[in-house]
Amino acid sequence: MSEPIQRPPAGDGETLPAVGPDCASCPAHHIANLKRLGVDMGEYDFVVALAGNPNVGKSTVFNALTGLRQHTGNWPGKTVARAEGGFSNGPHRFKLVDLPGTYSLLSTSVDEEIARNFILFGRPDVTVIVLDASRLERNLNLALQVLDITDRVVVCLNLIDEAERRGISIDERRLARDLGVPVVATSARYGKGLEELNRAIVEVATGTVRTRPHRVTHQSQDLARAVSRLGEAVAAEFPQLPNPKWVALRLLDGDQRIREALESGELTDLYREPDAGGVDEASITPPDPQRVRPLIERAQQLRWRVGKDFHQKLMESIYTEAGRLADRSQTLSGEKQRFDLDSTIDRLVTSRIYGFPLMLLMLTAVFWITIAGANVPSSMLATFFLDIVHPWLKGVSAAIGLPWWLDGFLLDGMYLGTAWVISVMLPPMAIFFPLFTLLEDFGYLPRVAFNLDRMMSRVGAHGKQALTMAMGWGCNAAAIVSTRIIDSPRERLIAILTNNFALCNGRWPTQILIASIFIGALVPAALGGLVSALAVVSIALLGVLLTFATSWALSRTVLRGEVSTFSLELPPYRPPRILQTLYTSIIDRTLIVLWRAVIFALPAGAVIWTISNVDVGELSIAEWAIRWLDPFGALIGLSGIILLAYIIAIPANEIVIPTILMLAVLATGMGGVGEGAGVMFELDSTTATAEVLRAGGFTLLMAVNLMLFSLIHNPCSTTIYTIWKETRSAKWTAVASLMPVVLGLVVCFFVAQIWRLLS
Amino acid sequence: MHPLAALLLGFAALAAAALLLWPQRGLVWLVQRSLRLSERVLFEDALKHLFDFEYREVPATLESVAGALAVSTQRASEVLQRMERAELIDFDGAHWRLSASGRSEALRVVRIHRLWESYFSEETGLEPARWHGEAERLEHSTSAAQAEQLSARMGHPRWDPHGDPIPTPEGDIAPASGQPLPTLEIGRVAEIVHIEDEPAESYAQLLAEGLHLGMRVRVNEVTSQRVVFEADASECVLAPVLAAHIAVQPLESSAEMPGPTHRLSDLEVGERGSVVGFLPLCRGVERRRLLDLGLIPGTEVEAHLRSPSGDPTGYRIRGAVIALRKAQADQIQIERAS
Repeated sequence: MSEPIQRPPAGDGETLPAVGPDCASCPAHHIANLKRLGVDMGEYDFVVALAGNPNVGKSTVFNALTGLRQHTGNWPGKTVARAEGGFSNGPHRFKLVDLPGTYSLLSTSVDEEIARNFILFGRPDVTVIVLDASRLERNLNLALQVLDITDRVVVCLNLIDEAERRGISIDERRLARDLGVPVVATSARYGKGLEELNRAIVEVATGTVRTRPHRVTHQSQDLARAVSRLGEAVAAEFPQLPNPKWVALRLLDGDQRIREALESGELTDLYREPDAGGVDEASITPPDPQRVRPLIERAQQLRWRVGKDFHQKLMESIYTEAGRLADRSQTLSGEKQRFDLDSTIDRLVTSRIYGFPLMLLMLTAVFWITIAGANVPSSMLATFFLDIVHPWLKGVSAAIGLPWWLDGFLLDGMYLGTAWVISVMLPPMAIFFPLFTLLEDFGYLPRVAFNLDRMMSRVGAHGKQALTMAMGWGCNAAAIVSTRIIDSPRERLIAILTNNFALCNGRWPTQILIASIFIGALVPAALGGLVSALAVVSIALLGVLLTFATSWALSRTVLRGEVSTFSLELPPYRPPRILQTLYTSIIDRTLIVLWRAVIFALPAGAVIWTISNVDVGELSIAEWAIRWLDPFGALIGLSGIILLAYIIAIPANEIVIPTILMLAVLATGMGGVGEGAGVMFELDSTTATAEVLRAGGFTLLMAVNLMLFSLIHNPCSTTIYTIWKETRSAKWTAVASLMPVVLGLVVCFFVAQIWRLLS
Repeated sequence: MHPLAALLLGFAALAAAALLLWPQRGLVWLVQRSLRLSERVLFEDALKHLFDFEYREVPATLESVAGALAVSTQRASEVLQRMERAELIDFDGAHWRLSASGRSEALRVVRIHRLWESYFSEETGLEPARWHGEAERLEHSTSAAQAEQLSARMGHPRWDPHGDPIPTPEGDIAPASGQPLPTLEIGRVAEIVHIEDEPAESYAQLLAEGLHLGMRVRVNEVTSQRVVFEADASECVLAPVLAAHIAVQPLESSAEMPGPTHRLSDLEVGERGSVVGFLPLCRGVERRRLLDLGLIPGTEVEAHLRSPSGDPTGYRIRGAVIALRKAQADQIQIERAS
């Protein structure tokens, strides 16, 4: 150790132990604790936690500090997302952990527990609290709570540009003096203030700067007395705790976790003074729950004196203090301007006359741009992968003399399957996601949730489900991930379970093709395009209807007992950063989903090729399967070919039509079409496709049922996998996968019978 | 297969599925429930019922017991006879009464039941109308040690969210207080101390009227058809049977009815107010969330934006615009800014 560690004086926690550069070997570094919280400190010197309210630009700060060196995962054992990244400054390497955005640390939601536990038990070397400079009072609430737990804090006063626009100016020196910790003003969007932030983090981490954090004084006399009395008792019993008053407060509030930590010795362990020569395990005094019991009883007695509304009094103290500090540091002038612009947009967007039409217009625009824009790139990609690379690969494999089955398995099966998925999936997603993210960034999407919430609450869902549904029209897997914006567990489950009824990008080609061939053909050519478009739109609307119906049914039956609380914040409008959005939506959403899809498409392609080329007796497995499935298919108005195609295409909806075509050719032994057994293909003209399908036994009934089944069937495997990762529950994943397909079979069955009866 | 035949079969299959799987009423659920209704469960429910009636000084009959247990009178009679043999109850010729051991057993179960209800109201977001049903379900499988843990977690509450006293582990229980609303003298101001939570539909109805514990009421008229009373500056009319579910404690004769309290949901867009407090029924997770958002007494609020579908409303609270549903805004009491 280059510097002796000073033991903090008992009871007031106003000075902090100096931290030297050899901390990794020091037991006070709590590597074990961090590991338990899921953080691997392998190559880093310091760990920094990032806390803040939702909507304060925390992720912008995170991205700004870590750049590309980041990855997302989950908190251990929880379904809450976590981002981790790294940055360095000189010789020091920092690990940055993004905590969930929370309004407070005192309540019992999962997010708050995670944040609080990490700061308390993980003991990060620095906790950076990101505040929204234009809403100081509200944000200081969280800051004061964090300052109660840890001394090593840096306050990042973000969104300074917005504050300026609203005529709010903040004296950060004064705020820093009042809070007792460094305060750095930043505008992370525009890259301002980040160097100073970096520097402040280093200074606090290395102990160059000592902090003297502000502690809240309680308004209510009863509360203050109770805290001080119990605090004395705690300090007497556990002198090594630097924050006995905080522990007392948690005990008074009935905090189970803190009580358990006290009883098990976990809490005192955190502040154990390290020996000069290393840790001697035998010298640690074992925890004694008996010492804690009188404290707990005392806490209960004192709590009764404070009265029923303990928590409320606590919040009042904190907010009053926050208000006082905010008043001292900020000056307001001309706030009206910016606020008025926001209000004007809001009134337009949520007005009774324009609200809904604007939403529909926006949605139609997004769809139209996606479909129109994706057309050319999709066919270009298809040409490239299928018409250029595929033959070239074939040539290579012939040149190196690959056996026919390996050549077929790898190139016709795996490669083709994957190539198809990519060329169909990538362009629409690369357009849809950025558009969506732009709207999100701008701040429009919460207004959509605001408009639609009533409809949603009637069926037991949350307004934000409208957003996840809209996302599902792009890709269901990405939509499942996006359900994280719904923080109430029950409403989130409903959104996840019903998401598959939103017709994803991968199913549009199927719908459009079948509609134009079979339904468009029913009317004169001039109207053909319009009618088939209407058919597809009505399928999509049916999907919306089903979403409502199943949400209602689920909230009345299987999801009855779960907890739900509603809240929706309408953040101010912010000018979207187009380039940044393109970048993050491509990395976060498009590429990740694409990667997973490829993983699932590879085996699918392999299976398709295999069953079409492996013969059992005189028929291939595929043909046997078709014959075996035909009777069941007839019962529900589909056919063996369609059913088999769907079974194989569980991995990806994009390959349904090519598989159907291939199977049709295989089963009927058509000549002159297709590329051989097991090779998926598509034809350039719809008439040619129509011929193949009809020859394969397609009728109008089958076409209609195919469209219906394509809407109401199990999610694709990428989505199933994503549901599993997000819910971590086999039960709900099963429900999400089986419920739609059972519903689909039932619907197809009844449509088929009624159709046949009527014709 | 002929389509008509297939259709009929299909419908039949659906009907069978509904019959079996319909939640709470399907065969599968009924079987599950009757499996759970072991003898011990029936005993405990009967004991609770008898204790309840004894506490309110109303005699229990065979029919009332059968109703409480949701079994036939014959089955109820069997159960009561078995309980008599177990010396939990005595029959005095006209009515069933609890023996000493029966009473302490009953108190134990009642304690667990009411602790669960308190837990639901404090720590979960479960709707008030469902507290009783869920507690019914859990009370039979909770041990005394678990009940103690539950109680400690909430700071040993003495009253459940309906206003009923929670028996101590030693079996002491505070005496019943208050009188039924229809018996209150006309013109006297009283405070609601208890709202009967069974049957569930009546409780839901009373909740829907906006009545809650601690509310001041004044009766204006009592007839055999209806009871008219004043609460929260508006008039309520209830059937006497329903009104009897409300127990009130008369206050000193100088007590006054408070002026009308406004709720956050009363504000029209553009109107301002300041928060006074929460309704007693707003507890647990919901209350904490609202506190976290800054809705503490004294905070200024403004109704800023209303959704085109009427709900929710965006309120400006401490510089942020937060949307709350009407059901939530109804729970927040405010003072209008003049």
